[in-house]
Amino acid sequence: MEIPYTVEERPDTGLINSKLGIWLFLASEVMLFGGLFSAYVFLRLGAPDGAFHEWGQDLNVPLATLNTLILISSSVTMVMSWASLKMNDFKKFKMYMGITLLCSVGFLVIKYIEYTSKFHHGIFPSTNTFMAIYFTLTGLHGLHIIGGMIVNGFLMGPGSKMWKTEPEHFTNRIEIAGLYWHFVDLVWIFLFPVLYLL
Amino acid sequence: MSDHSMDDIKSHVKVYMLVFASLAVLTVVTVAASYMDLSSGEAIFLALIIATIKGSLVASYFMHLISEKALITWILMITFVFFFILMFIPTIAFFDWVNIS
Repeated sequence: MEIPYTVEERPDTGLINSKLGIWLFLASEVMLFGGLFSAYVFLRLGAPDGAFHEWGQDLNVPLATLNTLILISSSVTMVMSWASLKMNDFKKFKMYMGITLLCSVGFLVIKYIEYTSKFHHGIFPSTNTFMAIYFTLTGLHGLHIIGGMIVNGFLMGPGSKMWKTEPEHFTNRIEIAGLYWHFVDLVWIFLFPVLYLL
Repeated sequence: MSDHSMDDIKSHVKVYMLVFASLAVLTVVTVAASYMDLSSGEAIFLALIIATIKGSLVASYFMHLISEKALITWILMITFVFFFILMFIPTIAFFDWVNIS
């Protein structure tokens, strides 16, 4: 059975179904991360005065800053890949999507370097409550990056065949995947100062 | 966003680049601010303000919320009400130590 309203907007919502769907999903994601941010506040208030800040001093701010810039860049290339399809430029779409994927790999590599250097110094989630919430939040965020890479990889590779048969539908798929990717970027925009800078 | 002409998209691209530059600058600003000699309250306030500006830029322009249908705005407003309730729950716990020790 074909999914309805992938290109045409549904009259009562004024939206294509996939867009309403992704926004409802992102709303649930806000609550998922919200619960953990709430746990962060709880643990910070419960820690001895200044201890939370002290425990966070082991984190690598320059690497995390670089990662922030990488993720922001990947968000721009993601939206550019969608804009390229809107301008009927499939080659540029592939190029921008490729850069987006490269950025995601770069982000994960840096995250891996950060994690392993913590482990080498004997710092684990069990070390203190800051490290517990740090590994939980960045770990969940990292899983979201991997999820996005799978979807983006599919859309760049085998999924891109759809461009030849249903270009509008395919362009909408890229927009929806983009909305998810920007959300993952948005979460990092808050994670970065909260975990690394405060 | 399906009814855009080529020129529309071209002007969008310019906006995307501007947003990208602003995000990069604000990232540097927030890192620089963290090295300033601020009280922890001031530092938290400043960092969250900058993050909120960056987040709004991403949501408004990359996620097209600025020109999105009202239904989505409503869904997000309801979500944020619940999100803020969630953020206040730990504060309530903080003022209720009565039976802890």
